[in-house]
Amino acid sequence: MLLREVEYAKPGSIAEALELLASNDGARALAGGQTLINVMKARAASPDMLVDLNGLEELRGIELAGDGTLTIGAMTTYTELMGSAEAKARPILGEVCATIADVQVRNRGTIGGNVCSNDPTNHLPPLMVAVGARMTIAGAAGEREVPAEEFFLGVYLTAAGPGELLTRIAVPAGKKDGFAAVTLGADGTCICNAAASVNGSVRVALGCVDAVPVLVAADSPDGVADAVRAANLMPPSDVHASSDYRTHLAAVLATRAAQEAAAR
Amino acid sequence: MSELRLTVNGGEHVLDAPVGTSLAHVLREELGLTGTKIACNEGHCGACTVQIDGVPRLSCITLAHTVEGEVTTIEGLREHPLVDAFVRADAVQCGYCTPGQVVSAAALVAANPEPTREEIRHAMAGNICRCGTYPKIEEAILSWQG
Ligand SMILES: Cc1cc2nc3c(=O)[nH]c(=O)nc-3n(C[C@H](O)[C@H](O)[C@H](O)COP(=O)(O)OP(=O)(O)OC[C@H]3O[C@@H](n4cnc5c(N)ncnc54)[C@H](O)[C@@H]3O)c2cc1C
Ligand code: FES
Ligand code: FES
Repeated sequence: MLLREVEYAKPGSIAEALELLASNDGARALAGGQTLINVMKARAASPDMLVDLNGLEELRGIELAGDGTLTIGAMTTYTELMGSAEAKARPILGEVCATIADVQVRNRGTIGGNVCSNDPTNHLPPLMVAVGARMTIAGAAGEREVPAEEFFLGVYLTAAGPGELLTRIAVPAGKKDGFAAVTLGADGTCICNAAASVNGSVRVALGCVDAVPVLVAADSPDGVADAVRAANLMPPSDVHASSDYRTHLAAVLATRAAQEAAAR
Repeated sequence: MSELRLTVNGGEHVLDAPVGTSLAHVLREELGLTGTKIACNEGHCGACTVQIDGVPRLSCITLAHTVEGEVTTIEGLREHPLVDAFVRADAVQCGYCTPGQVVSAAALVAANPEPTREEIRHAMAGNICRCGTYPKIEEAILSWQG
């Protein structure tokens, strides 16, 4: 199947990429294409121009600072993250990336594309919220930093607006994290997922239950299930799970993730 | 139309194709390399797997104009011992998934010549076989060195 013909540009700098995105209403950034090409095939989006980010070295690489903060370029693939010695500083990142889809998709899909597509079933949006990541967005007016809780705005909608790019993600130091999901098949799409981080109190972000990750907090893993119930979730029903079943899974998975985090 | 330069199985090609054409389409329809199969055409099944610089990728959701490295298709792996191993293990029923299976397996054994069953399952999870030949595919990969 052919896509509608589009224009294609492969800029060599972030500045050039931003200019292309800002000066063409129909321009869209292309990262790994593992979501965007399918969306275009389904005609759910039909950009006039693809701005390929694959030539931008500035968006690659993983750095570990003295205080343990990891800075991860938006164009880092899951496979690169899994293999990175620096990224072991926050082990949950590589562990979760290793469960996304399959080898072929992991070789191509990027951490930036995963959060910018903000599909509510994706693995990384709740994980970024749980670990307290900070997202750097570049636009015509320069750079700004947005905490992950404020980055996800709606289904397929994030704080990186038209004409802007997510350039990097900063993840603070930490080891006490957990992730739990019920999926379709071993490494399949999530029906419901939960990412947890323990740092004094427990912070859990739930995926698949709303348009954006839902953050709940508790004093200990034992209190997490009640905290999830108190959040009055109204998750969608679909062919894989009813709303009631997802609500049940949310409490179970949040507890599992929190226990895993606390046990580390 | 827009110029497209591709290196496939060691040969250089210069073609004209509209941006938006998938690598799978170019391989099959423009270069006649029909060993690469298209089944789901949306990234789920792995039938279209090719290697780009040795790394398995899904050619149905790869735009041809974004490809810079060297493409290896099943036609470029004719002499690979895995082909005989698949035949010996009878790891084929209808055969539609087989080119993609061999391309993925070739990348696996290049990185890890003696994979365990677990490693094989993890590395091959992106290649679906609707005929269910999985146990024989595992056998073929376990015994690929003869
Ligand atoms: C078979 C299959 C199964 C999958 N299963 C899962 C799964 O279980 N869990 C999961 O999390 N994901 C899954 N995915 C999706 C996959 O992880 C994608 O890689 C990811 O969602 C998008 O990343 P990408 O780099 O491919 O981005 P693209 O598809 O290139 O882009 C996605 C969107 O983000 C925008 N974008 C990308 N980068 C930036 C940036 N730096 N700044 C601003 N905007 C940007 C693009 O314009 C586009 O709108 C699956 C994909 C496939 C094909
Ligand atoms: S045809 Fe490409 S993954 Fe199915
Ligand atoms: S042999 Fe028929 S799909 Fe695998």
